[in-house]
Amino acid sequence: MQNIIKLITVFILVFILTIFYLSLNRSSNYDTKFLVGNKLADIELKALESEKFFTNNDLKNNNYTLINFWASWCAPCRIEHQFLMILSKNENIKILGVNFKDKKINALNFLEELGDPYYYLAMDSSGKQSVNFGIYGIPESILVDNKLNILKKIIGPLNEKDLEEIEKIIKS
Amino acid sequence: MKIRILYFIFFLNITISVSSNEALNESQIHKNLRCLVCQGQSIADSNSEFAQTLKMVVKDLIKQGKTEDEIYSFLSDKYGDWILYKPKFNYENFFLWSFPYIVLVFGGLIVFFLIKKQQKKT
Repeated sequence: MQNIIKLITVFILVFILTIFYLSLNRSSNYDTKFLVGNKLADIELKALESEKFFTNNDLKNNNYTLINFWASWCAPCRIEHQFLMILSKNENIKILGVNFKDKKINALNFLEELGDPYYYLAMDSSGKQSVNFGIYGIPESILVDNKLNILKKIIGPLNEKDLEEIEKIIKS
Repeated sequence: MKIRILYFIFFLNITISVSSNEALNESQIHKNLRCLVCQGQSIADSNSEFAQTLKMVVKDLIKQGKTEDEIYSFLSDKYGDWILYKPKFNYENFFLWSFPYIVLVFGGLIVFFLIKKQQKKT
């Protein structure tokens, strides 16, 4: 009987230590990068400057599409904009900009000031469409191929490293 | 006239009970959804942009006739199981769900053997 109790005590101790060890070695930062490899959900995004709607079919015509959620009130969006401008010059990729919870006039002023990298310009004034993409803060970008497979998800502003990685993916 | 009043009260009751059920469901769902950009808050407790957006989406999904489980399933597809305070039972968290029962069985066995031992002594 004594042995059984000792064995159970050792088992519980080992279990607790294993849980601590695994938890300490795990990244505690939440992200939605698990969506990479999944198919893009059905989308229907209203154009910012017309009554048109962008759907999955529009994106299927491009080799690669970068879906970028942005807003004029978002400071990190200003920082990443230069990288979007560089990327927009690459013919292998089209950028779909989704203006998030913003005023149309502010969005257009933002683009006039910093340049317009977007091939498609859509709006999500209520923010509800962003849930379909697993967005929980902006800026966020999603790289998809012509079969609408999610190849990369960038949470936060794009940087030089992200730009290099995207260019590497779309080159191959 | 009396019958009309009775009809009126009857339909008023139905409307009130249906709307209160919806409200109850909605707030229950909000309590089980984690605000991903907050510190340990559910979307029911938060007024962040993300929580507000999610509340609107939940409202829409309820209007579309989705069940509570379907709403959780939709959101965990987009944000992972982390968004749920009460995660779904699957092979990854099988041990987490079954651990209390394992402890209960082991504890029960220990108590059983201890009592048996005491009885033998006496």
